[in-house]
Amino acid sequence: MSAFEPTIQTAEKRAVWAWRPFALTLPALVLLAAVIGYPLLTIVLRSLSEPAWGVQNYAWFFGAPVNLAVLQRTFSISAWVTLVCVVCAYPYAYLMTAVGPRMRLILVLCVLIPFWVSGVVRTLSWVILLQDSGVINSLLRSAGFAGIRLIRTQTGVVIGMAQVLLPFMILPLYSVMKGIDLRLVQAARSLGARPSRAFLTVYLPLSLPGVYAGAIIVFILALGFYITPALLGGPRSTMLSTLVQTQVLSLLQWGRGGAMGVVLLVTTFLLLALAAPVMRSRHREAGRR
Amino acid sequence: MEMKPLTRIVLGLVCLLVAIWLVAPTLVVVPMSFNGNKSLSFPPQGFSWQWYENFVTNPEWSTSFLNSLKVASIVAVLATVLGTLAAFGLDRMKARPANLLRMLMLTPMVVPGVVLAIGIYAVYLDAQLVGTLPGFVLAHTILALPFVLIAVSANLEVFDRRLETAAASLGAGALTTFRTVTLPLILPGILSGLLFAFATSFDEIIVSLFITNPYLKTLPVQIFSSITRDADPTVAAVGTILLCATTILIGGGMLLLGRERKGRL
Amino acid sequence: MNPRPDNRGAAIDLESVTKAYGAFKALDGVSLRIEPGEFMTLLGPSGSGKTTTLNVIAGFTDVSSGKLLVGGQSVVGVPAHKRNIGVVFQHYALFPHMTVGRNVAYPLTLRGVGQDDRKRRVAKALDMVKMGDFAHRYPSELSGGQQQRVALARAIVFDPPLLLMDEPLGALDKKLREWLQLEIKRIHRELGTTFVYVTHDQEEALVLSDRIAVFNRGRIEQVGTGRQLYDEPATLFVGRFIGDSTVLRGETRSDGTGTALNIAGETVAAPRRLAGEASPVILLRPEKLAIRRPGQADGKNRLSGTIAEAIYLGSGSKYEVKLGDGSTAIVRSPLTGENFGLGEKVELCFDGADAKLLADDSTADTTLT
Repeated sequence: MSAFEPTIQTAEKRAVWAWRPFALTLPALVLLAAVIGYPLLTIVLRSLSEPAWGVQNYAWFFGAPVNLAVLQRTFSISAWVTLVCVVCAYPYAYLMTAVGPRMRLILVLCVLIPFWVSGVVRTLSWVILLQDSGVINSLLRSAGFAGIRLIRTQTGVVIGMAQVLLPFMILPLYSVMKGIDLRLVQAARSLGARPSRAFLTVYLPLSLPGVYAGAIIVFILALGFYITPALLGGPRSTMLSTLVQTQVLSLLQWGRGGAMGVVLLVTTFLLLALAAPVMRSRHREAGRR
Repeated sequence: MEMKPLTRIVLGLVCLLVAIWLVAPTLVVVPMSFNGNKSLSFPPQGFSWQWYENFVTNPEWSTSFLNSLKVASIVAVLATVLGTLAAFGLDRMKARPANLLRMLMLTPMVVPGVVLAIGIYAVYLDAQLVGTLPGFVLAHTILALPFVLIAVSANLEVFDRRLETAAASLGAGALTTFRTVTLPLILPGILSGLLFAFATSFDEIIVSLFITNPYLKTLPVQIFSSITRDADPTVAAVGTILLCATTILIGGGMLLLGRERKGRL
Repeated sequence: MNPRPDNRGAAIDLESVTKAYGAFKALDGVSLRIEPGEFMTLLGPSGSGKTTTLNVIAGFTDVSSGKLLVGGQSVVGVPAHKRNIGVVFQHYALFPHMTVGRNVAYPLTLRGVGQDDRKRRVAKALDMVKMGDFAHRYPSELSGGQQQRVALARAIVFDPPLLLMDEPLGALDKKLREWLQLEIKRIHRELGTTFVYVTHDQEEALVLSDRIAVFNRGRIEQVGTGRQLYDEPATLFVGRFIGDSTVLRGETRSDGTGTALNIAGETVAAPRRLAGEASPVILLRPEKLAIRRPGQADGKNRLSGTIAEAIYLGSGSKYEVKLGDGSTAIVRSPLTGENFGLGEKVELCFDGADAKLLADDSTADTTLT
């Protein structure tokens, strides 16, 4: 009550200095328009105008089975990566909420350490690990097994990408899980639920917003991946980004490359728009500590 | 939640595997960097410092490293200034337009790298910015901006605006209030934004690959082309150096932070 | 602190001050004169305009219309940081990144006070609030009461002729609040500065103030000393807000000598008439009502009822008595009086001269919290 009504006071300042906060954002907005807006617009225009005005580039893209195969592969690789991330991140994030502060620090460090080295170097590490003369294969051979082909396969790409993207799954999941009131699980137990049932009917539904949030982020980032598939993948695991790069840099087909880029861009934003309401969870208030 | 012992063991094992999967790739470059042969095959043969020597003496490597330092330093400052200003503006705006503008400013995080890269490449070709310092700085700044915005905004959200009113009642004008009250209290956000911006630029590869040319290469570009060209363990040496540098930086930072916190209590 | 030449604070004049937010009037023609050196409390329920008035004086809020003079000079349009007015906030508003000493020195630094002088004045201000040993601590290491004392030191260290306090004790527990009330009173006496104090707690207002301005719905209902407000409330709202009271409503009959109220068949009278159209009510203070066993009451004004609640207060007893029309009367009887049990039938009586005849105001009941 009495409080000192800063909201009212700022409302007034706003009326007088309405332009001021906006002016502060102007430099960033101008740069944004010049380095993001204008280039993206250029790409859209080029995809519609080169070599002639029309939708021929899009017709070409959706007409060629090769392209559609790549598009489908991009989605399926992203889906696999997302699945691997969810499966691995869920128990890990749960453990983070269940252990003491010292152990939690170690677990958090394990999540953050991958960020300590450059992304390119990390992909190099995966080359070292996965190649035919790499760590995994030499370990397998010394254990008496036959080597398996990992590099330049879809499996290799998924393993590498999932490791790079795992932190983006673990962190949102952890932040949701640590907010779940464990007394609710106790309440379910006291009402007669077995531990597994209490988990499935209470804990899991409450943690789903974190799963959604993480999965959307991972899937979207995976769609646009370029470096990892380029280094770990082969011709049979090409993703859309690589195709765009080939069209533009090698074939100088700006129209076609642009059209593919626009497809990728539109897909990304559509997914974001679809995900937004899901992420604004209905359970946000209930079940929170 | 209570767990059966078996569940507990399985959970622990799974998490151990995930942890190894997360960390091992980071460390595998270390043994490779001392390889005696020019090969990235495992296990490494012999021991030598030659790849570290190569990094220092080979102008291709040392120049690209210095370029990255230069670009990232400028980007860190520029992105921090722009991002902090924008965060302030958004904080003091009405919620609706602020949310809209915030979403707009976060787009660089979600636009697929290659799409952005060909767009910027197309524009840079016209503007003759390919392979130039301003070209790199502008592109990296826009990519770093969201991180600064997020860091500073998070700090502004917990900043108590009533302190500014209190400062006014004690005789401080708008500028003095900012300098003596607001700025010191949101400095942690600004500094972490600065760090994030530096790291983003130092690490940026996709856009850099497109706007680079033989006259201006950044370190990630050099690493990428080295990997695709041949199996040169210098890359592993670079990775090891970066790993050590970050560890020292973060470790030192944590120590400093811990000490300061202790001093206050 | 250098005492001002006249050792007095500044006078404040508000003349028809109005503050509107769209159609809503937070302040609706408020006029108030605060004398130099006076301790004035702005009292009222939440949303009554008392805090807005404080914000207007401090310069945090502009006025929509009206005049505002501090020390005889108009300050309308003068920004807050140029008004030289000390403000103490409910939430302390100490700068968390500065030590106690630097917090208190802050306004002096802004005014370019030299280092030696600054040190001396900071020490003196901290001594005055009994926080002299805490100069090197950070606010986060202090309790709420200690933080508020530091905030007080910070607001007086630069010798403002006027100190504003916005529910400064609102976040503290009762014991601490009562002790700090006395501290604030002592500091007011020592400084001679004009104090303007905002609270919704009428007891706090009675303890501290020279005069109290009672706010309701953006207007001032009455200004006066605590005794005036209690004994001679100008409106039903004031009567109900300050102290306990019984309000009698009934069928009214007025003649040349007074006003009579018919309450469920019993008639009581006050020897006065109400000017204007408003329907009159009678307001009675608990100690003006006598409680008797049925048939033992004397005098003309008698009301029968049933004991609904009996509260032992140590110094006496307080009874809530259900009257014939369903309303409740509050009676305080001395320890020497008789004791009554729940459900017992009683009679209440009072002297007509003690009955306050006031205009009925339906908002008076609803705005009480």
